[in-house]
Amino acid sequence: MELVLNEEQTMLNNTAREFIKDNSPITRMRKLRDDNDPLGYSKEMWQEMAELGWTSILFSEDDGGLGLGMAEVVVVTEAMGRGLAPEPFLSCIMLAGQALAQGGSPEQKEQWLGPIIEGSQVLAVAYQEKGGRYDLAHVAAKAEKTSNGYRLSGEKTQVLDGFGADAIIVSARTSGEVGDAEGVTLFLVPKDAAGLTVTRQSRVDARNVALVKLNNVEAQESSVVGEVGQGVELLGRVVDLATVALCGEMLGGMNAAYERTLGYLKERVQFDVVIGTFQGLKHRAARMFMELELTRSVVMAAARALDENAPNKEILVSTAKARCSDAYTHIANEAVQMLGGIGMTDEEDVGFYMKRARAAEMTFGDAAYHRDRFATLKGY
Amino acid sequence: MAELEEFRASVRSWLEENAPKGLMGKIGDVEGGFWGGRKPVYPYPESKAWFEMMLERGWTVPHWPKEYGGGGLNKDEAKILNEEIARLKLPLPLTGFGITMIGPTLLQYGTEEQKKKFLPEIVRGEIRWCQGYSEPNAGSDLANIQTRAMVDGDDFIVNGQKVWTSYGNLADWIFMLVRTQTEGKKQVGITFLLADMTTPGVDVRPIKLISGNSPFCEVFFEDVRVSRANVLGTAGGGWEVAKALLGHERTMIAGMGSRVRTGKAENPMEAAAKKYVGLKDGKIVDPIIRDRLAQAQMDESCFALTVQRNSDNMKAGHNPGPESSIFKIYGTELNQRRNELMLSILGPECLGWEGEGFDKDELALCRAWLRSRGNTIEGGTSEIQLNIIAKRVLRLPD
Repeated sequence: MELVLNEEQTMLNNTAREFIKDNSPITRMRKLRDDNDPLGYSKEMWQEMAELGWTSILFSEDDGGLGLGMAEVVVVTEAMGRGLAPEPFLSCIMLAGQALAQGGSPEQKEQWLGPIIEGSQVLAVAYQEKGGRYDLAHVAAKAEKTSNGYRLSGEKTQVLDGFGADAIIVSARTSGEVGDAEGVTLFLVPKDAAGLTVTRQSRVDARNVALVKLNNVEAQESSVVGEVGQGVELLGRVVDLATVALCGEMLGGMNAAYERTLGYLKERVQFDVVIGTFQGLKHRAARMFMELELTRSVVMAAARALDENAPNKEILVSTAKARCSDAYTHIANEAVQMLGGIGMTDEEDVGFYMKRARAAEMTFGDAAYHRDRFATLKGY
Repeated sequence: MAELEEFRASVRSWLEENAPKGLMGKIGDVEGGFWGGRKPVYPYPESKAWFEMMLERGWTVPHWPKEYGGGGLNKDEAKILNEEIARLKLPLPLTGFGITMIGPTLLQYGTEEQKKKFLPEIVRGEIRWCQGYSEPNAGSDLANIQTRAMVDGDDFIVNGQKVWTSYGNLADWIFMLVRTQTEGKKQVGITFLLADMTTPGVDVRPIKLISGNSPFCEVFFEDVRVSRANVLGTAGGGWEVAKALLGHERTMIAGMGSRVRTGKAENPMEAAAKKYVGLKDGKIVDPIIRDRLAQAQMDESCFALTVQRNSDNMKAGHNPGPESSIFKIYGTELNQRRNELMLSILGPECLGWEGEGFDKDELALCRAWLRSRGNTIEGGTSEIQLNIIAKRVLRLPD
């Protein structure tokens, strides 16, 4: 594997960064938050991103995509992360899109892949439950077998882009106990299903997340995504891909926060000098830089390991997510501190990165979770 | 390309036929290097023959020009030769600061006379060099050196002291920074001088470290007479030469990392954790050590991937990126963390200084840990590295 951007990836990087710089500065995200925008992202912006080809990257050509890889995905998500662009790439393209690409029936793919690639429909995946932390097998939501399908009941929390989604893929238990890896099944539930309530939640990073309640929702056999009882296995593979896509976003965010901080050190004057002359701040900024470089390397490696189906891909996914989790929160915390009083104001952008860093840390497993997974994979 | 392939094939077959079988596999041995000098010490019985056969081919310093005794190989050929030597897990036939530091600097700044005198002696392993840079009052602030060289006819009379001179007690010649002028800016009065260690007035004392014996020495100069013909570069122009040499030293250190290592099958930290802490149901019994071990291995991975990324970038034709500025500080701090983790893993067994009741490996770890505290100080302290990153990469103002 080569940890360099090839010519096409370099072009993609340049256009993605330009696009975000011109169309998605932090002010846009700020406005969505200030307006309490119910959707939390822009449908028009999402379709523009689709037109740029971003939504097509990972799908195979047979599925209507570009047949590219995670190496290209992280270039795009990094650009999005720089501007904190809230469009549903992670939820719709990575989680739902890959769940269908890898486990969907021909009918499900026919019905949904085209529209989500186009950006005209949005799908979400509801896998998280309160108290479950990062365990995909922590599923209490039930799927009772009925004469013509299943009856779903339970509650899912913080469903990414769940509000306004045209359908939601829900994990519910067809057998076994909470925590059992076997016995979880994925169901594709359309938004108008009777008994389904989706309530927009308000989260510190202002992203669209939803409380999804299932009150005896009827689901047909044909709504099962993948194999009955094998949902955790499918979700696990999909989440590994989504995790690295998120790592790309985190890499972008931490770079933007760092650049803002560096700029501040070069312009803020106190004690008759630019504060960047103080050695204490120089050293902290240099350490931030070190973390950025180390993190970039492992995110690139994890993306390429997934593309190459390398034997150590899961180890690299966990290394990348642990690194990003620690680095993004550290850099964002440092950014607020080094910006002093104004770092604490809502008016200053840096606080948004700190909030997003924390939310991203706790998505798909924090650093401790991934160190544990890493150790287990390594055999100790 | 075909020529290079032919070259590789001929090198490979010659090595396979002639290189001592007994040295194959010794590539990673710390004590396996042959340093040459007036009192040569051969680490293995076959080392002398290996050195002599490579000397005959001009391959003790393959990339130096033939006119100075080198092999005259170009960059690609020299790389191929090194790869083929490493492939058979052979140690290099000759090593030392002559090859890695003063030699390249002589090629850059030396007069024809100096090159013709000093370089062949390095190539033939006849002269062993040491470095006289730091002084008690000139560490991070190297330009603050005070060892004085006063003009006396065709010679200098040198008075002063150097410190941290590796293998000063075993070296034949020293390259050193002396002060020829005290007025004006510190750097402007520095001259780069070459001196014979057997000159009357030179006194060497080894330095003991917290980790025990070390190769470091203090070197005292009392009225030492050195010919002015031994100035490398110009009088007062020594600072530039010194910086150039540091660049060659950095290239050498970077190159050390890329030589093939005889890696053990299992990661030593994992093996130690299993032995000293224990496993239960396949997991290390102490969850904190388990977590620290995962973190250490993740750090190693991110570091190695960054080294690779820098190397991949250069292969793709780009200049070394800013990521390369973090290697020294991050690598040394990581090594210290690794050692500290090993201490935690071993528990009280790590406390042995010598003798009864301690394994060889346990004693070695204690020394390694102590020695590792110096890694973030030598070769440019971590604080200086951060200053350099802040200034050159981040462009923060002075």
